[in-house]
Amino acid sequence: MLEIKCPYCGKRSQNEFSYGGDASVKRPALEKEISDKEWDDFVYFRKNPRGKHLELWHHVSGCRQWFKVSRDTTTHEIHETSKINEEL
Amino acid sequence: MTQKYRLDKKGYINRKKLISFKFNGKKYFGYEGDTLASALLANGVHLVGRSFKYHRPRGFIGAGVDEPNAKVQLYNKEDKNEPNVLATEVELVEGLTAKSQNCWPSVSFDFGAINNLFSKFFPAGFYYKTFMWPKNFWYRIYEPIIRKAAGLGVAPLKPDPDRYEHKFEYCDVLVAGSGPAGISSALAAAKNGAKVILAEEKPRFGGSLLSDEVTIGNKNGKDWADESISQLKSMPNVIVKNRSQVFGYYDHNMMVMIEKTKDHLEKPSKFIPRQRLWYIRAKEVVISTGSIERPLVFANNDRPGIMLASAAKEYMKVYGVLVGKKPIIFTNNDSAYDCAIEFKKNGIDPLVLDIRKSSDSSIVKEAKNLNIKIKFSHGVANSKGHLRVNSANIGKLNDSKSSYENLENVSCDCICVSGNWTPTVHLSSQSGNKLKFNDKIDAFIPNQSRQNETTIGSASGAFTLKKSLEDGFSKGYELSKKITGKDTKSLPPTSNERSSEEHDKFWCMPLPKGKHYKRFVDFQNDVAVSDIELAVREGFRSIEHVKRYTTLGMATDQGKTSNLNGLQLVSNVEKKIVPEVGHTTFRPPYNPVTIGAIVGREVGKNYRPTRKSPMHSWHEKNNAVFVDAGLWLRPRYYKQGNETLNDAAIREATNVRNNVGVCDVTSLGKIDIKGSDSAEFLNRVYTNAWMKLPVGKSRYGVMLREDGIVFDDGTTTRISEKHFHMTTTTAQAVNILAHLEYYLQVVWPELDVNVLSTTEQWAGAAVAGPNSRDLMGKLFPNLDVSNETLPFMGFKEEDLFGVPARIFRISFSGELAYEINVESGYGIFMWEKIMELGKEMNIEPYGTEALSTLRIEMGHVAGSEIDGRVISSDLSLEGMLSKKKDFIGKRSLNREAFINPDREKIVGVVPLDRKTMIPEGSHLVKDNKSSLPNPKLGHISASCWSVEYNNPFSLAILKEGKKRIGEKLYALSPLKNKSIPVEIVSSHYVDPKGERVRS
Repeated sequence: MLEIKCPYCGKRSQNEFSYGGDASVKRPALEKEISDKEWDDFVYFRKNPRGKHLELWHHVSGCRQWFKVSRDTTTHEIHETSKINEEL
Repeated sequence: MTQKYRLDKKGYINRKKLISFKFNGKKYFGYEGDTLASALLANGVHLVGRSFKYHRPRGFIGAGVDEPNAKVQLYNKEDKNEPNVLATEVELVEGLTAKSQNCWPSVSFDFGAINNLFSKFFPAGFYYKTFMWPKNFWYRIYEPIIRKAAGLGVAPLKPDPDRYEHKFEYCDVLVAGSGPAGISSALAAAKNGAKVILAEEKPRFGGSLLSDEVTIGNKNGKDWADESISQLKSMPNVIVKNRSQVFGYYDHNMMVMIEKTKDHLEKPSKFIPRQRLWYIRAKEVVISTGSIERPLVFANNDRPGIMLASAAKEYMKVYGVLVGKKPIIFTNNDSAYDCAIEFKKNGIDPLVLDIRKSSDSSIVKEAKNLNIKIKFSHGVANSKGHLRVNSANIGKLNDSKSSYENLENVSCDCICVSGNWTPTVHLSSQSGNKLKFNDKIDAFIPNQSRQNETTIGSASGAFTLKKSLEDGFSKGYELSKKITGKDTKSLPPTSNERSSEEHDKFWCMPLPKGKHYKRFVDFQNDVAVSDIELAVREGFRSIEHVKRYTTLGMATDQGKTSNLNGLQLVSNVEKKIVPEVGHTTFRPPYNPVTIGAIVGREVGKNYRPTRKSPMHSWHEKNNAVFVDAGLWLRPRYYKQGNETLNDAAIREATNVRNNVGVCDVTSLGKIDIKGSDSAEFLNRVYTNAWMKLPVGKSRYGVMLREDGIVFDDGTTTRISEKHFHMTTTTAQAVNILAHLEYYLQVVWPELDVNVLSTTEQWAGAAVAGPNSRDLMGKLFPNLDVSNETLPFMGFKEEDLFGVPARIFRISFSGELAYEINVESGYGIFMWEKIMELGKEMNIEPYGTEALSTLRIEMGHVAGSEIDGRVISSDLSLEGMLSKKKDFIGKRSLNREAFINPDREKIVGVVPLDRKTMIPEGSHLVKDNKSSLPNPKLGHISASCWSVEYNNPFSLAILKEGKKRIGEKLYALSPLKNKSIPVEIVSSHYVDPKGERVRS
């Protein structure tokens, strides 16, 4: 069970959180004309990197804040976590 | 009462307390402090079970967790039994009853032993090669027979009656294992201010100090251990636990430990759980788990009476039990001489066979001085005896150790073997530590740590007491200093121990000439040298493949005694060295753990929380039959007399259509939305338009996922300019909140909106039926409830006899209806007021079953239609899709499959006979006699007995649905063996124009 540092609450065990996917994915702006491919890339396609991965987690059984986590997908090492509006 | 093999005075057992127990139906006696194994051995019982595959007689090999053979089935008075328990780990309590496993009719005469006669026909991979044909015989015939013949204990048929607990703990330093290294590091870390947990799997602390002849300071080893443990127990920053095994090393230093709390107690209090599972997050972990002796391998090395030398010594020293009176000690190293000397001291003359040409270590000299008979360059070639070893064929090895110079038969009643020591690296390996092979000890040791763990003592390959103490004290200090920043250093005490010389790397004895006896490597899975040789000969190269083909190391003991010998063998056959062959993966748990302990208290109703509405007690008092709706318990119907579910649903629904009913709708998800951009936000998450919704009005909305699939529906009400009240379905309430938070926090943080779940803050009651307006008038005498002032989708805030209430004119039943919300604490008050004032209008409460009936015949969609596979148009909700604005999921709606005009549509279905209920899930097909697979046109999503028309009615999702209205199809339910001719009708079966809700 991972130990994740919520930027608001501090270190807590993984069972308080839920995983929210790749943090580098940006939703296309509303009303913007985009190609089918751009939309498909946003909805369906995700990279599955070995090593460092920037991802979103939700402190769902805690402060209910979404935040960013930099995690190694092979070792589960968590390098850093940050609030959504902070650079990681 | 005599225990023929019990020594006088020796051991740490309590001789004042005699304990009786039963094994295989026979009564025996032992002492408090015995294990089942030591008590049986005290009575001369070696035969404990039959082997897995060949049903060979088997006895004890070890004295602890490493034991591969002595698995027994335990029984107790409460008609409870437990399979696969290690007799070496079971503490003796009065009345304990145990039986051997995997034998029939008895352990001494086992019918399955016939397998042994045919063992030539059961080599490695036998099952894969033999039972391939005919194909369908595997499931029907072969597998059931094999399962019955091979195997372990019998799984209990009844639920586990015991209680298990979970505990969470945090510490600076967790020390696994209380041998000399573990105690030292715990002492050093604790004295330097660290919060320490010291865990010992056995009842007694001290590890090797319990049986080794050593001194620490000026005390013997055991006294030093006892004194140190008392000192640790007196420190407020230390938790000391015996009977507690750390069995798993998980990510981020999450350690899992199992504590046995009850089974060793004669009269346990009923408040004590049987076992406690500890989740420990440790900043640093010290692994001082010691080492396990390896067996030597020779022909028929599995007879009862053949065991590890260290185990024989432990039985003598700790339990005062002789494992035999005519022992042969067979070794390739010095450590087994401890065992020989201990025998000699107890008046028994052992014969030592040492594979080495000589040894000049102090311990060998000591043995010689005690006149112990030692034969160097000698070994056991074969053992004899039926249910217990009675003699050994011993011989002098030739120079190349490929055969014997001579062989002679020597009688004996036990053979104590030692093939050197294997560090217990399981936890280190589980932590991600890549092990390295140490040539000097012929075993793997931890190398580079990947988590915060440090292995010390013999688990790290350091086999001397001096080094264990030094490492323990220095690591305990260093690790604690890193955490506490303190600098109190403790120094290791002086120590004395017997010195040793190097072992001989030879461990697998040649077979006597011309013989094909089995030489076992893995006792629990019956893997012999010939099996491994065969696997390599057949082309298996990777050690992981050899493991799976031969099942080497795959048994419940996880190859604690066999893995290294197996690796060595593969290396020898392939003429490689062990590091090139590598090792198989160590996985948690280190030792089998009862499922009950892993589950803990999360069983039955405690598996997950139960949510109840504030009106729950009223429902209970009024004969409600409840149904699980997610976590919620909701009244399904209110039973009157001998009514069935259907009777009640029809009665309750009819009363809503004719008079007025009230339904508890508290479980609906409720989300409070505030902020200046709230309307804009709703406009983005719902498919329809929200900017112009006036204050005091509700609107129905549908949400999509980004992939265009319908996510949820519900009504949202504008309480004030910047304040909305959203409702969701019961099932999706939790997901919708997370969804909204995601868009607000991650995607559109610029929006000024806050969301908060208020599901539990409001109690909700739906009042529905033609009489509901009259009832509302009575409930809210100061409110104008006319259609003009409070129209469909209207909203008012008004006092309910002094209690602030919210009134929404919304309807799920399709009738004239209102939903009243009050603060949860007033839920009962509201409910009772509704019942009281509604009495004269014939009010009745209705449950979810009647609610379903009402919504189904109205064609209103719910969870059974919004099933994660449909888009808006499938539900005839395409009118809800705004063309003027963008919203979540809109861009997906022009995908090819979504604009296909032949897509499924929601329709109504009526059986032609107007009598037969159509099972939910039935498939709609054109021809009920078509060959399989019969092309499916659609499926029945929900069924009810229409109270309006007094016949069955169902909703269905049907290909080209609207075009098929009037068509005749069949509803097939192979599960219920039904084929029902049906007619397709409109999904809006009752009041298709929606006049009632607006009346």
